Formats: sequence, C-alpha cells, structure tokens
Amino acid sequence: MTTTPVAPSLILDDVHPGDELPALDYDVSATTVVLGALATRDWRPMHHDKDFAVNRNGTQDIFLNTPNQAAWFERYLTDWTGPHGRLGRVTFRMKGSVFPGDTMSMRGVVESSEVDDTGCGFVTVAVTLSVAGDVKTTCAARIALPRAADDNPWARSGERWRPSPTLP
Amino acid sequence: MTSASDPDTDPMVAALDLVGKEQYHEVGEFPVEQGYVWTSCASVENGNPLFWDPEVAAALTDGPIAPPSMVSVWFRPHHWAPGRTTQALPLQVHFDLKELFGLPEAVMTDNTIEFHMPVRMGDLLRTHQVLRSVSEEKTTKLGTGRFWVIDVVYTNQDGDLVAVESYTGFGYKRGDVS
Repeated sequence: MTTTPVAPSLILDDVHPGDELPALDYDVSATTVVLGALATRDWRPMHHDKDFAVNRNGTQDIFLNTPNQAAWFERYLTDWTGPHGRLGRVTFRMKGSVFPGDTMSMRGVVESSEVDDTGCGFVTVAVTLSVAGDVKTTCAARIALPRAADDNPWARSGERWRPSPTLP
Repeated sequence: MTSASDPDTDPMVAALDLVGKEQYHEVGEFPVEQGYVWTSCASVENGNPLFWDPEVAAALTDGPIAPPSMVSVWFRPHHWAPGRTTQALPLQVHFDLKELFGLPEAVMTDNTIEFHMPVRMGDLLRTHQVLRSVSEEKTTKLGTGRFWVIDVVYTNQDGDLVAVESYTGFGYKRGDVS
C-alpha cells in the first residue's frame, strides 16, 4: 500500500519554553458528562444519574470522570501538535469536579524542550483545566514532536522510545 | 490490637511482602475496536486525523491505532455479562490495602500514565497490578493513614509493553484518630 507523506504541522524548533497553547473553552452539558462516561466504559451512576450523584455522593450534580478528562487533555495537546505529536507521559492531579453548566477552560504553557539521548524531540507542557478561574485538574505532559519535516516520533520503538525522561 | 512486631499479623509486614509482586493478571473482555475509538474521539470532539483518516494512519503509524489515553478503557468490563457473578475491581490492590490496614476512606492523589507501544485494532490487551511502595503512617488534613503507589501494567497479546499507569493513593481514617 502506498501512502501520501503527511507533513508535520509543528516541529520541535517551532516551540519554546513559555509558549502558550491555543486556549480551549467548552460548555459542559449533562450530555458531555454522559457521553464521556460511556465512551470510557465507566458505568458508575455518579456519572449519569443526577439523583445518585446528589443524594448518595453529596455532589451538586453528575461530574466528568477521570478517564474522560484524560481524553480531553489528549485532544487539547494533539489539537496543538497535529497527528505527529506522540504522548510520552502524562501526570494528572484532580482538585475538583466539573459539572454540567460549567464552562471548562483548558490552557497550556510549554515548560521545556529537549532532544533525548536517542535523538527524539520532546516538550513538556503544563496544562490546566479550570472552571471560572478555579483549577479543577492539572496535567503535566511530555509529548514527542518531530525535529524535521521527515521525522516521525511514531516510528520509534524499543530502546529508541523513552516516554519518561532519564533520571539524572 | 495486634502487636506491630509480629510478622504474621503486622499489616505493614504483609504489605511490604507484596511490593514488586505481579498480582491480578487479567485479559481484556474484547479486542480493541475502531468503533469504540470513534466513540471516544466524538465524546471529546477529537479530530486528530490519525484516528479518522486511514491514509494519515498508514503514513504515520503503519495503520490505525487507538488514542493512547484510552488504554484503561479496554479493561472496563461490560455492565452485564452472562453467568458473571463477581468481578475484580479495577485497582483491586488499592482496595486490598484499605482492608489490610483497616482504613475506611481513600483518595487518589495523582495518576501518571507512560505510553509505550501503540495500541492497534484487534489487539487483546492484558494487565496486571504491582504494588510499588507503602509509606509509614502519616497525618494529613484528611486524616491519618498511609500513601501507596500502585502500577497497572498493560501489555499486548505479543507481550509488548503498551503502557504503565501509576496511581498514588492515600488510605486514611478521618481526623481525630490517635
């Protein structure tokens, strides 16, 4: 099968510490929460049954589940990198819940950029998911970017793919 | 109360004995499938062409792959299955530790996922859990208890490492526990 080469939309040299990723604001509805729960196969009632969430969990409403938030973070990062961006590692910290009626705001800042020992380009990005200025979840992401138009991080495997930084 | 020095009854001794051991080997209930990938992408309006355009997938990843962040999705059991009576909870080791130490409450403080070999359509993934560490007793604003780190390791049917998810949990008794 022959394939058309796909040009990277972002390469490592385009990115510098302090760069801000494009903002994403999204109005969360009950549908958003339920779609996310079912898409992640999370059948627990606090993600689809408001009566259970309020009366059993003591929360104000149903709320976004964690695996679906991971999917939101991945989408946010790869909207920026394009399809060549390859996630190496993500760390989430949950501080609060996201409910229907909230406008969730995702923001990201590039913290560092490096080429590892195998020649793979990586950037680290600090992403926040906030509602009305309150940070609900943080995500520290390490994502590989191509170093040139003909570089493809997805082509790496084994010793040539190190998703976590080597400890000093 | 049991004596803290008795290796047969001291929960910390029992917990430390589990550190580094592979537990709860499980195989996914179904192979990785394209329809679920699209359902996931649609739920967050992820238009990454890697998951929608077969030519892009062929060029970059030698065929379609699943979004890396979906790795745990392939292990959540169906809500119902014929003949099933009980099932292991995801992160069973976490619940085992709560019981072992008699800690009724627990929170997950953070969650790290490291992504290795891409997940492909038709893969049947496997998983196991490994307890990495258990702390001494600590008191936080939530209460008194212990922190622990649990790895969930994902591999594919060929034994290739796909992802490692690390959870830090804090099991505790609410405040005023001496």
